[in-house]
Amino acid sequence: MQQAPRTNGLGRLIRGDEVHGSLYRDPAVFAEELEKIWYRIWIYVGHESEVPKAGDFVMKSIGPQPVIMTRDAAGTVHLLQNRCPHRGNQVCTEQRGNTRAFSCPFHNWTFALDGRLTAFAFADGYEGRDMSKLRLAPVPRVASHRGFVFGSFAAHGPSLAEHLGPAAETIDRLCDASPEGEVEITAGFLQHRVKSNWKFLTENEVDGYHPAFVHSSIFGVADSGIGALYGAKSTALCRDLGNGHTEIDLRPEFRRIGKPLGWFGTSPERLPDYVARMNRAYGEEKARRIMIDGTPHVMIFPNLFIAEIQIFVLQALAADDTVQHVTALQLKGAPDMNRRLRQQTMGSVGPAGFLLADDSEMYERSQRGVAQRQPEWLFIGRGAHRERKDDNGLPVGHVTDEVPQRGIWRHYRRLMEAAPC
Amino acid sequence: MLMDADQEQVLRQVERFVYREARLQDEHRYAEWEALWTDDGVYWVPANGDDIDPEQQMSILYDNRSRIALRVRQLLSGRHYSQEPRSRLRHLVTNIEIVRRDGPETAVGCNVLVFESNLRGETLWGARTEYLLRATGDGLRMARKTVKLVNNDKPLYTLSFLI
Repeated sequence: MQQAPRTNGLGRLIRGDEVHGSLYRDPAVFAEELEKIWYRIWIYVGHESEVPKAGDFVMKSIGPQPVIMTRDAAGTVHLLQNRCPHRGNQVCTEQRGNTRAFSCPFHNWTFALDGRLTAFAFADGYEGRDMSKLRLAPVPRVASHRGFVFGSFAAHGPSLAEHLGPAAETIDRLCDASPEGEVEITAGFLQHRVKSNWKFLTENEVDGYHPAFVHSSIFGVADSGIGALYGAKSTALCRDLGNGHTEIDLRPEFRRIGKPLGWFGTSPERLPDYVARMNRAYGEEKARRIMIDGTPHVMIFPNLFIAEIQIFVLQALAADDTVQHVTALQLKGAPDMNRRLRQQTMGSVGPAGFLLADDSEMYERSQRGVAQRQPEWLFIGRGAHRERKDDNGLPVGHVTDEVPQRGIWRHYRRLMEAAPC
Repeated sequence: MLMDADQEQVLRQVERFVYREARLQDEHRYAEWEALWTDDGVYWVPANGDDIDPEQQMSILYDNRSRIALRVRQLLSGRHYSQEPRSRLRHLVTNIEIVRRDGPETAVGCNVLVFESNLRGETLWGARTEYLLRATGDGLRMARKTVKLVNNDKPLYTLSFLI
């Protein structure tokens, strides 16, 4: 297989609107991405609502690394690595649960929910030793925004707020769709595996060019209005939010149509309870605006995709192995809405989903495609001539343009060229 | 346990139904497969265990009758790329047992191994499959089919054929 030309580092492999195919398939590039991206910047791990009570834990991940997300008695959320400091055994083998402590089955060392070693068997064997440094290793930095918990393996670096930048507002916009201003992740995750590089997924989540073609089979038979949002005449936009975060902004289309809950393919008459709760929470004018605008379609680099009604958490495992963890968003205080959110999510995503089966087929075909020797480069120049800045100075383009992909690769290049920690 | 002649006959009928359903799936005869469903049919492939509440938790597939029809229409569209080209499939169905009989309805359990070959490669799918079959004027029909994949708590490749 063709190896990446390495003489000037990886930056050489990314030109303005061209990306070298080796970046998707070279195991050495993937190993470098782990150190410079997955084990360095802020990575989305889980949601606080997944561990609602003291003692709750759930198994999550940062790339190939398993991470236990816990909530201690004081209510603090921790991210711990699943490795006993004694002889390296896995401490937790359950996917989720509630516990007072984690006990390593090998020699019965016991750890609190914050990772501290609280007991070890036959203590006389350690007389005179300071055991306090032996603990389950925490992910060095943990921070959250509106319940969305991120972790960073780098002890120092930009704050989560600096990392998210304008993308934080998209999470706020999502929370506004709940009459209580909160989303919950309570419906369990589907795990959909693809033999493909994670970047094909990150790019495709904000590719407004593909739905008309990849999803024509379901748009055609389901009488869906989604297709038109991504048509040549759509007024929808795509946007580069900076730091690799990108979005498809469908609000111009929804505002032009002007129907509350039109974004969700329904109407206020069908969800009277939700509408009443939204009106009470926000007042009729603001509630109407929220219900017209809908929820965001944003790819928070590198692994959290908020897709209007569901979230995808991307887990990179190898250059050609990625898992999509996906679940329905649940809006706190909106039971009638939540049932529909679960049903629509189940129909569209996961291994048997009407949409994601075909997206995933494309990911795998692209992966096999870039194994071909030529042409060496992929072209992401669509709409470069009409890319412009919006009122906030952020690059935007027509919904079908490749503004997001160029933004993702610009940021990727910065990360990969940065000096080691 | 000895079976009386009636039970023996029902088991044979059930086997014929289950084998035919498997063959229609293997051969992508979607319309004939859809005709095996009752009007209130439910097709369920749970995730994260075999006994979750599908009304509350995400399933790999949880289709009511109209969604079964939509799934078949998508497969027939010719543009459902994860099945174009179609997977080559063989369902092996074994250990067929009648679990319960209740008037016109018969609950059936069996073990299934599906060998799939597609553009990605070869994939094995192992499952416990449970049917609720209903006797109608046209013969047995599926009122419920539940496919409990052995590895439904793990990451799975695309499952776009009829399992």
